[in-house]
Amino acid sequence: MYATSYHRASSVEDAVKLKSANEEGKYLSGGMTLISTMKQRLAAPSDLIDLRHIPAIRGIRIEGRKVTIGAATPHADVAASRELAAICPAICKLAGHIGDPHVRHMGTIGGSIANNDPAADYPAGLLGLGATIVTDRRSLSADDFFTGLFETALEEGEMVTSVTFDAPEKAGYAKFNNPASRFAMTGVFVAKTAGGVRVAVTGAGSSGVFRHPGFEQALASNWSPDALSNVVVDASNLMSDLHANAEYRANLVKVMAKRAVASAG
Amino acid sequence: MTKVTLTVNGRAMSGECEDRTLLVHFIREKLGLTGTHVGCDTTQCGACVIHMDGLSVKSCSILAVQASGSTITTIEGLAGQGELHPVQAAFKEHHGLQCGFCTPGMVMTAVDLINREGGTLTEETVRAGLEGNICRCTGYHNIVKAILAADAEMATGRQAAE
Ligand SMILES: Cc1cc2nc3c(=O)[nH]c(=O)nc-3n(C[C@H](O)[C@H](O)[C@H](O)COP(=O)(O)OP(=O)(O)OC[C@H]3O[C@@H](n4cnc5c(N)ncnc54)[C@H](O)[C@@H]3O)c2cc1C
Ligand code: FES
Ligand code: FES
Repeated sequence: MYATSYHRASSVEDAVKLKSANEEGKYLSGGMTLISTMKQRLAAPSDLIDLRHIPAIRGIRIEGRKVTIGAATPHADVAASRELAAICPAICKLAGHIGDPHVRHMGTIGGSIANNDPAADYPAGLLGLGATIVTDRRSLSADDFFTGLFETALEEGEMVTSVTFDAPEKAGYAKFNNPASRFAMTGVFVAKTAGGVRVAVTGAGSSGVFRHPGFEQALASNWSPDALSNVVVDASNLMSDLHANAEYRANLVKVMAKRAVASAG
Repeated sequence: MTKVTLTVNGRAMSGECEDRTLLVHFIREKLGLTGTHVGCDTTQCGACVIHMDGLSVKSCSILAVQASGSTITTIEGLAGQGELHPVQAAFKEHHGLQCGFCTPGMVMTAVDLINREGGTLTEETVRAGLEGNICRCTGYHNIVKAILAADAEMATGRQAAE
């Protein structure tokens, strides 16, 4: 790992100030992506601004059916929240299947969505729920936030502070794990929200997480796994890699979507 | 150089290191506690698992400066007064190790799992709990057996104490 300087931020303002004073620096949350990448010398930030000790961006708040999850909340806390499971079990299940227990104790929702790995789970969850991503300077819909492979709408120095969403009427998530990395080889999140049915797919798209309008229409008229049987999944925008080719992934997308609907609660 | 202060296995300890020093290297090289191992470069094998503020973490992917101020338990901190921790004893009894390289991480993972879900563990939940730990020798079977036996033993201990 190349040399770096560590700073522990005490508040959001402090973190943003530290970041603007250190242009080549990076925010550090759970470090489960960033420290790993630095070890491989694939990233070399001059400074690290640690967000894990900012109380205001840690924890889950529930008011009625409105859910707010602080950016520095670890995956394990989302997975274990009984209050959240009572109104949106699918997001707890999603968080509980990220990586392994040790990764879940450190890795955070803010780090996961800022990184926007094309095989990560939270991007599908938040796009599927129609969540809002709140930063130090504005609010963005998930549709506008996730823009491509490892790309988001975040500007230079912009920091995610929380995500919010209304608990859906029903939601489900099904993931086909890559057995070695635990990331999604394909994961599908389905939700029946006040704004309509939403279906988000991760691990499969060649430009990252995406919505599937064909599935959304089919489920809007008939919320059941069978409703998806005749919907065509176009393989031309899907990834091919050593784990699976685009045609295989197209089939997985449908199978996972059906399982997600079947499991929805 | 930055000063890092930790409570390790119940004792306050501190040392100076570069900001880029990984927690596992700090523990092994500065504190001389070499029970915690490094088995990979990719945060996948779990040989380096310790407990930080009561939760299992991969110490190869945390900077020592990130951990400063926290309470750490390493494999050396489990056994009390010459007696093995029940999980260690169960690994011995059920042949849960061969070469032993993964074992510190396996044992620390098992203790964390029992701390969080003790008394409710099944073969399936133990296997899921070991997703972040790789063993090149045993085939996992006896590790799972050992963890289930330790869980049962510790549940009996808890009942007896009540
Ligand atoms: C073995 C292993 C298995 C994994 N398996 C999975 C899996 O199955 N599914 C999955 O989804 N993920 C998986 N991950 C990734 C894991 O979920 C990471 O925790 C996550 O991707 C990054 O979150 P973090 O908090 O660790 O972020 P960090 O690593 O600290 O940061 C990641 C990036 O986000 C930036 N960042 C962090 N916080 C903020 C913020 N608040 N605002 C703006 N930018 C920010 C950082 O600067 C950095 O560029 C795995 C990781 C490992 C090591
Ligand atoms: S050495 Fe930490 S996970 Fe392999
Ligand atoms: S006993 Fe040899 S790696 Fe597990």
